[in-house]
Amino acid sequence: MLVEEIMKTSVVTLPPTATIAEALQLLQKHRIRHIPIVNEEYQVIGIVSDRDVRDASPSVFDTNSISEELENEIQTIMSTPVITIHPLDFVEEIARVFYDEEFAALPVVRDNNKLVGIVTEKDMLHTLIQLTGTHTQGSHIEVKVPHRPGILPEVTAVFGKRKTNIISVLVYPFKNDPNYKILVFRIQTMNPLPIINDLRTAGFELMWPNNVPEPKL
Amino acid sequence: MTCKSAFVFAKEFLNYHFNEDHPFNQKRVLMAKELLDEMDYLSESQIIPPRMATEEELALFHDPVYIDAVKKAGNGKLASEDGFEYGLGTEDTPIFPGMHDASSYLVGGTLTAVDEVLTGKSQHALNLGGGLHHGFKRKAAGFCIYNDSAVAIKYIREKYNLKVLYIDTDAHHGDGVQWAFYDDPNVCTFSIHETGRYLFPGTGNVNERGIKEGHGYSFNLPIDAFTEDDSFLQVYETALREITDFFQPDVIVSQNGADAHCLDPLTHLCATMKIYEQIPLLAHELAHQYCDGKWIAVGGGGYDIWRVVPRAWSQVWNVMATGKPATGMLPATWLSRWQQQSPVNLPSYWHDPDDIVPNIPRKTEITEKNAKLLESLLKYTKKRT
Repeated sequence: MLVEEIMKTSVVTLPPTATIAEALQLLQKHRIRHIPIVNEEYQVIGIVSDRDVRDASPSVFDTNSISEELENEIQTIMSTPVITIHPLDFVEEIARVFYDEEFAALPVVRDNNKLVGIVTEKDMLHTLIQLTGTHTQGSHIEVKVPHRPGILPEVTAVFGKRKTNIISVLVYPFKNDPNYKILVFRIQTMNPLPIINDLRTAGFELMWPNNVPEPKL
Repeated sequence: MTCKSAFVFAKEFLNYHFNEDHPFNQKRVLMAKELLDEMDYLSESQIIPPRMATEEELALFHDPVYIDAVKKAGNGKLASEDGFEYGLGTEDTPIFPGMHDASSYLVGGTLTAVDEVLTGKSQHALNLGGGLHHGFKRKAAGFCIYNDSAVAIKYIREKYNLKVLYIDTDAHHGDGVQWAFYDDPNVCTFSIHETGRYLFPGTGNVNERGIKEGHGYSFNLPIDAFTEDDSFLQVYETALREITDFFQPDVIVSQNGADAHCLDPLTHLCATMKIYEQIPLLAHELAHQYCDGKWIAVGGGGYDIWRVVPRAWSQVWNVMATGKPATGMLPATWLSRWQQQSPVNLPSYWHDPDDIVPNIPRKTEITEKNAKLLESLLKYTKKRT
């Protein structure tokens, strides 16, 4: 999956000369946490987060009504340089950037640093939810299989024979044992019973809660 | 305590039949009725026939385009690729001849039960043919074509303007009904079910609480796989009492799926007949306490149609009609007649023996986890003082 498929293309931005007060207002109005700062060519030259703005705002305990701090230009507090990504980057790779850099938003740019979109942590999580298939109706089955070529088609043949649609497939390691994998299927049926039986008959090992046999079949 | 109660039934309920191999089998309704007949718990005067829901009534909840597709499908006139969009012709909801009429009878049965209670003819009414809680506005799902409870609650809102508490004890999340009233503060839905982590449909998380005006009026208790009687009843009873007190309903509609039993083949819950005695008792008590007795009950899931469903559903009626569940032995005539058809040995008593529940690992953790869930569920129902 590519960044261009999950990025938001309407991005709230500010010029570097805008005030901190304007940034504060935009953050609240759009309920967002990041504003890319762009120049006249719409190139990304900085980014501010709600935390940057809050740090630059007077304390809530400060009762002097109008505060001058908020009139400062946003470029005085923006982070720069900005780590940006490209529409053709892989979602899996930028997940790595989120993880390593602990950012919560990444501007997406094209030729010469021009802003075309933004991806937030929330968009990433949404994508992960899509990958797990848990957003659609279905039943969930986990199978423990030996880690060897050809195993996946062997298992999925069981689903195909029962004409059951697979919503999603995930493969993850079995504890610390490199010889096994866990296959996680979400299938589009309320009655996974025939498939569970077929998997058992075919000798596959099922995981909790389908590994408790009697009397739950 | 005996209350005036009505039992909605007609042989037409059995026409809702997908195919021989399908786990959803309305023979359950007949078995329950005959069990009650033979115990002399059900008299002719208590039985009322269902009417067929009209298309206008179905359209209180369903999209006319969908109703049209179901009609076509039942006449063999829906191309299979056209059915996909509506969930028709899948393994879960295959197409069968006359499916529109058969489904309309189930909905009509629930509407009949509603009218019976809300016109004051009876205090309680039971339609075991209903409870098809996975039906969506324009999609069949999870063995359900038309969603009788959703249609009936829309009907109650429109015709009688009452506040409805919908209680769903099916082991699967009552998603169709929940989404139908997700933004409606006059309909409170409460579903206890096995967590959607493994089980269809996957939704029903504790944080699904409703939206807009309806926020705070959807309740979900997704209990862990292999939950047993004690933990089930503890969280269920506490939650339901508190939710009912919070919402102050005018009428209760309860869905009585009987698939949380340890013998049920489709779910991983591990209850016994004990919960199917307590569930109607509590609904009955609360209906009298808050709703002047107004209680409509429907059936639902239940896939051990031999050993579990007839007993569980009969107990709903027993509590309705007499105020208490039946005890002791099942009638020998009923047993011998159905034993001939049954692939498994039928139980001889109303209650289950203690050894029916398998020894489940992690019982303590499961109980702990459910209790924690309960706390989170009731976070917004505490009276503001």
